[in-house]
Amino acid sequence: MPPLAFSSQLINLFAALLLLLGFAMLTQRRILSLINLFALQGFVLVLSTAVVAYSTNQGHLYYSALLTLLLKVLFLPWILHRLIRALNVRWDVEPLINIPATMLIGIVLVIFAFNLATPISQIAGTITKSTLGIATATILLAFLMMITRRKAVSQVIGFLAMENGLFFAATSTTYGMPMVVELGIALDVLVATLIFGVFFFHIRETFESLDIHHLEKLKER
Amino acid sequence: MNVASGIVFQVLQSVLVVLIAPLMLGWVNQCRAWLQNRSGAGIWQPYKVLNKLFHKDAVLAYNASPLFRCTPYILFGCMWLAVGIVPVLATDLPFAPAADVIALVGLFALARVFISLAGMDVGTSFGTLGARREMMIGFLAEPALLMALFTASLISHSTSLPTIVDALGHRQFVIYPSMAFAAIAFLMVLLAENARIPIDNPSTHLELTMIHEAMILEYSARHLALIEWAASLKLTAYITIGIAMFLPWGIARAGDWFGLLIALAALVAKLALAGAGLALLETLSAKMRIFRAPEFLGTAFLLATLGMLTHFLLEV
Repeated sequence: MPPLAFSSQLINLFAALLLLLGFAMLTQRRILSLINLFALQGFVLVLSTAVVAYSTNQGHLYYSALLTLLLKVLFLPWILHRLIRALNVRWDVEPLINIPATMLIGIVLVIFAFNLATPISQIAGTITKSTLGIATATILLAFLMMITRRKAVSQVIGFLAMENGLFFAATSTTYGMPMVVELGIALDVLVATLIFGVFFFHIRETFESLDIHHLEKLKER
Repeated sequence: MNVASGIVFQVLQSVLVVLIAPLMLGWVNQCRAWLQNRSGAGIWQPYKVLNKLFHKDAVLAYNASPLFRCTPYILFGCMWLAVGIVPVLATDLPFAPAADVIALVGLFALARVFISLAGMDVGTSFGTLGARREMMIGFLAEPALLMALFTASLISHSTSLPTIVDALGHRQFVIYPSMAFAAIAFLMVLLAENARIPIDNPSTHLELTMIHEAMILEYSARHLALIEWAASLKLTAYITIGIAMFLPWGIARAGDWFGLLIALAALVAKLALAGAGLALLETLSAKMRIFRAPEFLGTAFLLATLGMLTHFLLEV
């Protein structure tokens, strides 16, 4: 195997780091660390997008990297930090399935995603083609996090991490989406987070807890 | 390769590592003291402890078997052999073909079996408790360690450490993302196997939490000294394996005397950095409950597995 170009190696490294951070978020018990890991994942995403932009001369990717930096590394974590301070929820997260079992399911998901992506990446022509499997795995891991968490805040972080994975998939397969779509998604995520923030307060006011299991009962109390 | 110079290198490396192993432990303790705003005992303290212990008379329990007496020597021998195999200063050592990484893991397992048996030998409850915990940690840590080593083996197509060092350190520089996973898994195993802080506290004698210290409670004098020395050798062996796999730059080839000087300087710098990093990690984290240890080591195993998967996805 001839060694890849240095930029491809860097992108592969960042892809691996994204996957690593996805796993770290899956196993993390504390919400505060979860938010910090999310911000870190966003930062790795910014770096990889910038490297892709530099190595393929796609100018618009610089803008999306900048957008990611502002939105996912600085603004959203700041909002989430403020939220958990206002809601006073720094507790340990109670997962539905215990952590080792979650990690085993995570490994199965990763194998599934890698197998799924291999035939697609073989016919792709981009320099980032081999990272599609990792992007898919990141999305599925974030899904898993949303499913296995009981508290609303960590589910929202799972949702945001999924968006990270989608964004990475977009850069790795097609060098990013059109700017209009990207802006639209960024706005969506932003608005979604704000609305979720309002929801948190409502859920807590109604049930005096952020455990979304209370939402399953439809009867008046 | 010149056989004579190879043997000289081998002897030089073995003696050097045995002599600096307590210094390594002293450096880690000193860094930890600095980070915790204490003045610390100085980096030479482990030598003073060893000297003190060697001058004392050994006390044995009246029902101690020969196994109990010979375990310290076996332990020390195992660890010394381990550091002889690892390419600390130079590759192509005459000892190196004797054992690859799998045999190295087996060597550590042999030492673990003997110290556990010795812990149970006298029949005190603490010894048995420590031995059982040690075996639990060991059986969880070993597969993770093997998987992390296999990731490096897959890249270099060999399980022998000198070849791994050659493939990673002496050829063209390539970033291997799978090694990032393997490195984290290896670090977690290193902490668990050497009784460092998230799993065990090396400086505690608090009865209910100790693992390593519980097994060696019955030892005194020269036996204890050998065990302490072996423990510091084990830490050094693990750190040098880590250096060989993840930071192999600067390790000389046998017979290259100028390279040896560079290798020595690089080794001292890397060991100093690794010790400071270890102390920082130990200061930042708190000891886990023993029932969290399977989760910790399970994570290490899964990360190592993930490293292998990433290798097949990205690097083949």
